[in-house]
Amino acid sequence: MAMTATADHARADPHHIGVVIEHPGPAPKRIVTAYGFWIFLLSDIVMFSCFFAAYAVLVGQTAGGPKGAEIFEQRNVAIETVCLLLSSFTCGMASIAADVRNRFWFYLGMSVTCVLGLIFLAIEFREFANLVARGYGPSRSAFLTTFFSLVGCHGLHVSAGILWLLTMMAQVFAKGFRADILRRMMCFALFWHALDIIWVAIFSVVYLLGSAP
Amino acid sequence: MLGKLDWSAIPFDQPIPLVAGAVVLVAILAVLIWVVVKGHLPYLWREWITSVDHKRIGVMYILLASVMLLRGGSDAIMMRIQQAVAYQSQGYLPPEHYNQIFSAHGTIMIFFVAMPFVIGLMNLIVPLQLGVRDVAFPTLNSVGFWLTATGALLVNISLVVGEFARTGWLAFPPLSELSYSPGVGVDYYAWSLQISGVGTLLAGINLVTTVLKLRTKGMNYLRMPMFCWTTLASNLLIVAAFPILTATLAMLLLDRYLGFHFFTNEAGGNVMMFMNLIWAWGHPEVYILVLPAFGIFSEVVSTFSGKALFGYRSMVLATMAICVISFMVWLHHFFTMGAGPDVNAIFGIASMIIAVPTGVKIYNWLFTMYGGRIRFATPMLWAVGFMVTFIIGGLTGVLVAVPPADFMLHNSMFLVAHFHNVIIGGVLFGAFAGFEYWFPKAFGFRLDERWGKAAFWFTFLGFYVTFMPLYIVGMLGMTRRMQHYDVAAWRPWMIVAAVGMAVLTIGVICQIMQLVVSIRNREALRDRTGDPWDGRSLEWATSSPPPVFNFAFHPDVRGEDAYWAMKAHARQQSFEHEVPEYQDIEMPRNSPTGFVCAFFATIMGFALIWHIWWMVILGGIGAFATFVVFAWRDHDEYVIPAEEVARIDRVNLEERRSLVSMAGAV
Repeated sequence: MAMTATADHARADPHHIGVVIEHPGPAPKRIVTAYGFWIFLLSDIVMFSCFFAAYAVLVGQTAGGPKGAEIFEQRNVAIETVCLLLSSFTCGMASIAADVRNRFWFYLGMSVTCVLGLIFLAIEFREFANLVARGYGPSRSAFLTTFFSLVGCHGLHVSAGILWLLTMMAQVFAKGFRADILRRMMCFALFWHALDIIWVAIFSVVYLLGSAP
Repeated sequence: MLGKLDWSAIPFDQPIPLVAGAVVLVAILAVLIWVVVKGHLPYLWREWITSVDHKRIGVMYILLASVMLLRGGSDAIMMRIQQAVAYQSQGYLPPEHYNQIFSAHGTIMIFFVAMPFVIGLMNLIVPLQLGVRDVAFPTLNSVGFWLTATGALLVNISLVVGEFARTGWLAFPPLSELSYSPGVGVDYYAWSLQISGVGTLLAGINLVTTVLKLRTKGMNYLRMPMFCWTTLASNLLIVAAFPILTATLAMLLLDRYLGFHFFTNEAGGNVMMFMNLIWAWGHPEVYILVLPAFGIFSEVVSTFSGKALFGYRSMVLATMAICVISFMVWLHHFFTMGAGPDVNAIFGIASMIIAVPTGVKIYNWLFTMYGGRIRFATPMLWAVGFMVTFIIGGLTGVLVAVPPADFMLHNSMFLVAHFHNVIIGGVLFGAFAGFEYWFPKAFGFRLDERWGKAAFWFTFLGFYVTFMPLYIVGMLGMTRRMQHYDVAAWRPWMIVAAVGMAVLTIGVICQIMQLVVSIRNREALRDRTGDPWDGRSLEWATSSPPPVFNFAFHPDVRGEDAYWAMKAHARQQSFEHEVPEYQDIEMPRNSPTGFVCAFFATIMGFALIWHIWWMVILGGIGAFATFVVFAWRDHDEYVIPAEEVARIDRVNLEERRSLVSMAGAV
């Protein structure tokens, strides 16, 4: 098989890429895990964007039911927002505590995060229950359908996040700050902060824009 | 207690699904009994079901796809026969059954044949081509596979318990809403796609991370084999598009289960929003399927022409261009639905533009073949057959991308012929080419060439005889999904198409025979070199089948076509002076997490379909418990000692040395 000519050609970099920085090889586990989780978060944001799009399309379709301005209570939304933003701060503190392997501050940070998350969920639940009781449930109009779905989808994410948070605390309690648990903690923190970003969008698009008469 | 489920769910009055279901059940039971009696169960559990090895998972994906191909193919045969006989009569399939069959055919072929086939090939090959030991998240990979299998299982259960959707493969509302489809068919459809969609998303995240973060030393982006590039593009599309499908089906399910008004005709719901959302996923989906096939053809054409791929960088550029533009053409699926001339024009032009990078690819393959030393082995036959067929399908595609023409051809048999032309000619031919090409890598022996070539020719001819008549009846005004018709001019063409289907079936039988014959003659077909085709990329640098750790050392890549260069180098200097120092290798441990997750997902999916709420809660708790148990394990890796690595690798090196010296002598 006379293939040496072609082979030399192939080895000689036929496309003349010239000087290239050699790829150093597979990335360490910590990088790979965080990177993969970022990709997951991006996909999650794509999913939310569909619900945002649906909300934008159907926001005017009130079918004789209430408009946003008639049902949103800004005071509640303000408290919810403060809770969630503060919880991001305490979650950050817990991450730092995990990095320096300080159990006390880790538990404290996670507990406060959990409590703030629960307050957020309680307020949201009360808001939803209140609306349903007044006959403004999601079946009332297409606008209310998308409102409940978008905000509720975020609420479900926060609930899942709290379940994850409690699992993380139990893991640290049982196993200590092992490398794999620190990687998970990093993913949890990314998740929790991403929920904050989505809430900022919900706050602006749904509650702020919707409160305008 | 059992929600909506009772004895009326089993179609005792319909012999066809009942008999089909019974045959499948008997086959499954027979296989299970055989496995248990022969004592293979521990082996299957240890080596396959709980395996987190990307190669094993890839093989299982392809096996799933092959089995489902037979199911989807049976649906196709039934439809072709129905349309051949249902001239001025009802045929043999009643309308509600016929509607289920075409819906199931589309759903199965896209989600449970094409998707698992290409994902399986990517899983099997990409880590090998990148020169690494596994994918980024091995256990997640197993979870993804088993969730896909769950979806396939639910679709098959619908054959005998209840019914499948009668809405077409995309379940457009308002037909798919509760008021028009009160049965469980749409629920089967939606939940099986939700569950398998999660699996696909996991696979996508996994492969994107693998390509971007796990490459061997020196494997710069512009040295990656073409298949890795198309894998990257395809999985980026999965990550960006599948969440749209998840959200859209979630909205449909909320409408159906909780009385929401996303897509209803009442209370301000908007049906067109469903069309936009589903096709914003649906159009990228066709590129998710065909891009990996393009990658396979690039590898095959280059290997069997004995030349480096022509225009490698333009190929990379074309791939990434398709990746981006595929998100800007979705509206061409519903030009006729009143978006107006300006919008239609923009999307029509975008749809024509996306044909340009595809054309670039075709020319690159042709120029790769030009002046090459071409060997027409079976994979190469599929590649050449693809080029001819795909160009025809692409041209009819450009035709329907012209909005005024589309107004004539929308939802006609012309359209059916067009998308089968690109999906069979593109994706299926690609999957078969990849199957033939990489089978020796996965199992260590080649496939029988005679049966392989027979399979190609019957499939190739059968395809033309089946689908060219559909173009013609489309031009004659026949719309798709007709259970019966009264137009005499269509009849002869429908009969020709049915004959074509018979030829295609012979092709499938040849494919099965090829597998049987090759397995029986495996000693004669054994490939000891690991490089049966004189390959160019790194998957051929290890033994066939590769050891669990793929490579004893991370290969050091210095340019494109890494293994080709290594072979040339070795021919001049031989392997002799390389005395490698072996080291311990850490590999991920097997885990039943994926299988157990899928078990609970099946229970949850079934319970959701039939409104058995206590079972839903039970399944949910089980899934969370599985997750916690997995998170709690202390040892997720095991060590292969250096001596063992050395023993395995020396055998491989011996074989390779003799190959190189033999080649040098010739």
